[in-house]
Amino acid sequence: MTGAAAAARRWAPPPLIASAWLRRGLALGAAIYLALALGTLRVNWRRVWEGLDRGGAFVVGFARPDFVSRWVEISEGILEGLVMTVTATAVGILISVPIGLGAARNLAPLPVYLACRGIVAASRTLQEVIVAIFFVAMFGFGPLAGVLTLSFATVGFLAKLLAEDIEDTDPAPAEAVRATGASWLQLLNYGIQPQVMPRLIGLSLYRLDINFRESAVIGIVGAGGIGATLNTAFDRYEYATAAAILMTIIAIVMTAEYGSGLIRRRVQ
Amino acid sequence: MPVREVAGVRDWQRRARGRRLLGWLGWLGGTAVVVASWQAISAHTMWTFVWDAPVQGADLASRMFPPRWAYTARLWRPLWDTLNIATLGTLAALVPAVPVAFLAARNTTPSATLIRPAALLVIVSSRSINSLIWALLLVSVIGPGVLAGIVAIALRSIGFVAKLLYEAIEEIDRAPVEAVTATGAGRGQVVSYGIVPQVLPAFAGISVFRWDINIRESTVLGLVGAGGIGLELQASVNVLAWPQVTMIFLLVLATVIVSEWVSARVRHAII
Amino acid sequence: MLSVERLVKRYPTGDAALRGVDLEVPAGQVMALIGPSGAGKSTLLRCVNRLVEPTAGRVRLEGEDLTALGAAALRRARRRMGMIFQEFALVERLSVMENVLSGRLGYVGFWRSWFRRFPPADVEEAFRLLDRVELAESCDKRADALSGGQRQRVGIARALLQNPRILLVDEPTASLDPKTSRQIMRLICELCRERGLAAIINMHDVALARLFVERVVGLRQGAIVYDGPPDGLTPEVLTTIYGAEDWSEARRRGGADEEEEEEPEVDEQRLAGLT
Repeated sequence: MTGAAAAARRWAPPPLIASAWLRRGLALGAAIYLALALGTLRVNWRRVWEGLDRGGAFVVGFARPDFVSRWVEISEGILEGLVMTVTATAVGILISVPIGLGAARNLAPLPVYLACRGIVAASRTLQEVIVAIFFVAMFGFGPLAGVLTLSFATVGFLAKLLAEDIEDTDPAPAEAVRATGASWLQLLNYGIQPQVMPRLIGLSLYRLDINFRESAVIGIVGAGGIGATLNTAFDRYEYATAAAILMTIIAIVMTAEYGSGLIRRRVQ
Repeated sequence: MPVREVAGVRDWQRRARGRRLLGWLGWLGGTAVVVASWQAISAHTMWTFVWDAPVQGADLASRMFPPRWAYTARLWRPLWDTLNIATLGTLAALVPAVPVAFLAARNTTPSATLIRPAALLVIVSSRSINSLIWALLLVSVIGPGVLAGIVAIALRSIGFVAKLLYEAIEEIDRAPVEAVTATGAGRGQVVSYGIVPQVLPAFAGISVFRWDINIRESTVLGLVGAGGIGLELQASVNVLAWPQVTMIFLLVLATVIVSEWVSARVRHAII
Repeated sequence: MLSVERLVKRYPTGDAALRGVDLEVPAGQVMALIGPSGAGKSTLLRCVNRLVEPTAGRVRLEGEDLTALGAAALRRARRRMGMIFQEFALVERLSVMENVLSGRLGYVGFWRSWFRRFPPADVEEAFRLLDRVELAESCDKRADALSGGQRQRVGIARALLQNPRILLVDEPTASLDPKTSRQIMRLICELCRERGLAAIINMHDVALARLFVERVVGLRQGAIVYDGPPDGLTPEVLTTIYGAEDWSEARRRGGADEEEEEEPEVDEQRLAGLT
């Protein structure tokens, strides 16, 4: 490198945002927000400090989980959660398929499309727990409110993804089926179904998994499942029991994930 | 074989007999499980309440309207807390999620037999447990308040972000990685030049997506005492102040819609 | 300068990609490695800089046994071997300059490279190379905004910034149109001459190889079946390398004037053969 110092051309990596004003503005905005957010954070540090012992107790609880002392509640709660999951997923799939068909722009006329998209949007914006509060208020405590909540949530998830999948299908086979003089249902059966079926199965299995996880939550507001037991365990600081419940949930989710992986590979 | 010959005529069937039988058995078993589940639920249901539900629903609706607009003044502070729980929780999750994702991805993990399963266990544990349950735990451990909410959101988000990120890492184009390796670059340099630029857009998209979900989840964390607007919801439901519930509800809905719009815009800008 | 001795590569699946290859490349020699797909060309190249770990045999670069090196020493040795790839293998979301500078990664520490603070001498050299490949104007463009030929020129600049002794070139023109292919080949060969570099170039296109290299090595099923000047590629030799086929086109194009892209007589001849 001869005389590099004199002739050296400088180089710096180009910034992500070209406009210097916008870049500084965004950085300043982010800094102000962070300062405000952290500044208005009200934390009782003494309570946190005292709680660390309990955190330790919980970690120890994981090492020695207690399945025994509340075995009846745990087993019933988990079983009820599974039962709710299966029912809600089945009901959810049954409702999602027609709504998903209706929400696909390439199959449904505009009014049907808008109505179905509306249902999907409502289901997706409403948090499960809020829905559960309403269903509990209407149908009383118990697993039925939970099943309705989970079914409602399943519709928003499955119908949306199914509709998007149908809209993404290759139009050529559908056109070819229509050219044979097939009816609308035959068109669905021969032109659309083979294209979306593997993904629909995959998504349903995934939703089964989500529904189980959610079923543990909505019990906190009285909609059945393991949530209520878990809530009680934490309230009474029975960390060994809580750890046992959480480990069971994790184990079931892992099993479900492994199993659905196997099934998905089969249907691909 | 799906094709059989019966008396010189070829008969075509979609599946061979064994597979067909298996299919029927599968459907039968599935239906039986669903029916049995339904019966179990039915047995735990007070049907008189259910038949009463339309009346209850109508009653509830009549009590919910009109919303108590004046109540809004008391909601701004909890709403601000809710936003902070979601945002700070997401930020706090990103820091540990990145290394966990690199340890879990098949092509970047230092050890596929020891470290990768450990990283996957972290991911599945974090993902299996809903943020509301994490909040339940944290409220019990470090006391009620916003901090419990932030940590709960963070603990739940680590697994989500790490899972999607490690899948993105496993899907990268291998050619640039090979090319950077061929220059004599060290391990860290191969990651920072060959892999990071490829997964950066995915990472930004995942983060914003999770932030959007977290806004939604943080609205209910108050139900178990972890701060935010859920606290007001809990208080209002407890005293059956339905017009207030409607008001909270409208505010949450507006927040969720705005956050979804922001997240969609940001993701669009990145890709 | 580079010597490969009895190199064997067996993949875990049991496929033998290389069955005892011996190859000697003197300093400054540009040679082509030809052979059908799956003959082991790519594997041989990658065994030299150990992107693929050889099963047995030795690779020596300037006397140093590369197969015996530990991780850190291997990285230092890789700096002396620039590699150019078939699909360019640029990091598409990084700028042209960042891609070229990544050729210096073996020389600078991690944090320096993380913050893109390369020594001024490296940056200056990168600019000089970009001038040489006529891409200095595009230095802040993203790599995925360039055409195929431009991307390959970035790849060449990246390899040269390593200040290598030898270039390992893997099908440099497979993704390019015929005209750009010739330009890229010419550029690689000129640069090798200017800097006195040796090069091993994997190629599919026999005709193109004849135009540019002084030595051709033919590989078939992991073993060398020809080693000699391009003129020695008779139809019989090509048949041993690739199997039976009509070789007149490859031979004629190779012997034709360098600037001519089209060969109408060949087409006529082929059409005549069809009737």
